[in-house]
Amino acid sequence: MILLSPLDLALAAVLILLAAGLTHWMRIGETASLLFAAARTVVQLLLIGYVLKAVFGNAHWLWVTLLGLFMLIVAGREVTVRQSRRFTGAWSVALGSFSMFISAFSVTILALTIVIDASPWYTPQYAIPLLGMVLGNTMNGVSLGLDRLTQSASDKREIIEARLMLGHRAADAIASIRSDSIRVGMIPIINAMAAAGLVSLPGMMTGQILAGSDPVEAVKYQILVMFLIAAGSIFGTAGAVWLGSRRLFDQRERLRLDRLSDKT
Amino acid sequence: MNSLRAQNIQATGLGPVSLEIETGSCVGLSGPSGGGKTRLMRCLADLDPHQGTVLFNGTSRESFNPSQWRSKVGLLLAESFWWSEKVLDHFANRHAPALESLNLSPVVLEQPVRQLSSGQRQRLALLRLLANHPEVLLLDEPTANLDHDNIERVETLIANYRAQHSCCVLWVSHDGKQLDRVSESQLIMTNGRLQGSVS
Repeated sequence: MILLSPLDLALAAVLILLAAGLTHWMRIGETASLLFAAARTVVQLLLIGYVLKAVFGNAHWLWVTLLGLFMLIVAGREVTVRQSRRFTGAWSVALGSFSMFISAFSVTILALTIVIDASPWYTPQYAIPLLGMVLGNTMNGVSLGLDRLTQSASDKREIIEARLMLGHRAADAIASIRSDSIRVGMIPIINAMAAAGLVSLPGMMTGQILAGSDPVEAVKYQILVMFLIAAGSIFGTAGAVWLGSRRLFDQRERLRLDRLSDKT
Repeated sequence: MNSLRAQNIQATGLGPVSLEIETGSCVGLSGPSGGGKTRLMRCLADLDPHQGTVLFNGTSRESFNPSQWRSKVGLLLAESFWWSEKVLDHFANRHAPALESLNLSPVVLEQPVRQLSSGQRQRLALLRLLANHPEVLLLDEPTANLDHDNIERVETLIANYRAQHSCCVLWVSHDGKQLDRVSESQLIMTNGRLQGSVS
């Protein structure tokens, strides 16, 4: 395995600076957030590197659980800040976090206990990276799905209300928006599975191969991970969109767009 | 018996408003734009949160489930909205309405909604609402986009429907002469309040 020097990474950083220069020149307006995100990548990954080293050296279920919960909280926050119109109050974080918790955690625990059968099942070398991958992708699905849901509900307010006025149930009035939102949340993972290996080598597999693993063994793990990610992100997206679509109406089935924040 | 009674309806910028529409009667409502007429109708149809009670034949609104209530108390807005491509998809069980009463040709049923004129859409929206057999009609400028002949047709259709179903009607219009023709009593709404009545 060829080890990377800080100079190697600095060369890669120059590419980010060039991309930032381009967005600035084209007045796309995301230059600051691009640079900030890149800086976060460096700091967060370095930190997690040390945390993982510590947790791997001390495989206690409590540390694994705490790390898992921390990951969930951060994912919940990420889902929230990416919404252009988010639910007000505690619902903004709770909706995404709850559905991610249910889907990503159960899928990961299922894989750890039944499929991988590590001993103990929470062995951090398996638990943390798996949870991270499932959670990360579920997060994408959930935030895309919720964003589409709240966006369409505000854009199509008159149409939803036209149906309510004719005596349609709230669930029927929002049904097409709801399924459309779930579909949007599913697109990334379906694309990833369809293109896996042909267009791009999935990240985890690439990592294993770079680290010197047998490609066929790496592929087996990648298939497992793909399936876990797909299940986790589809369950999570469907759950979050379903909960969100209920929250858009009150007990008298009135469309309550006042439960969404203004566009940010 | 189809009477509608609203007591102390109150929401931001609206009310308190109380009104009663007797079985089979029509109350005309006019007043400046932005005065709260549409807002009041939305509250009566239970589309916006508000305070106050609404009774249908003495039974409180809360004892009906929301979709039941809105099928009973049909609200027709000046602008209509359509969720499906073709007109016919919007009628329950794709059951074609009686188009000739409003001078519409059967061709419109298979046409995409966006190809219809605003007047055609408005008349179809009325038929779409009546197909539900509402017992209370809340009509917000139901003839705003129509020519003289079609205004007459709509007025006749609603009068017939009202007589047949002893349905009560709240009719919003800026045309005082129309309200004289269609309603038995009239109210004026200004700044969210009902101010006296002319009749």
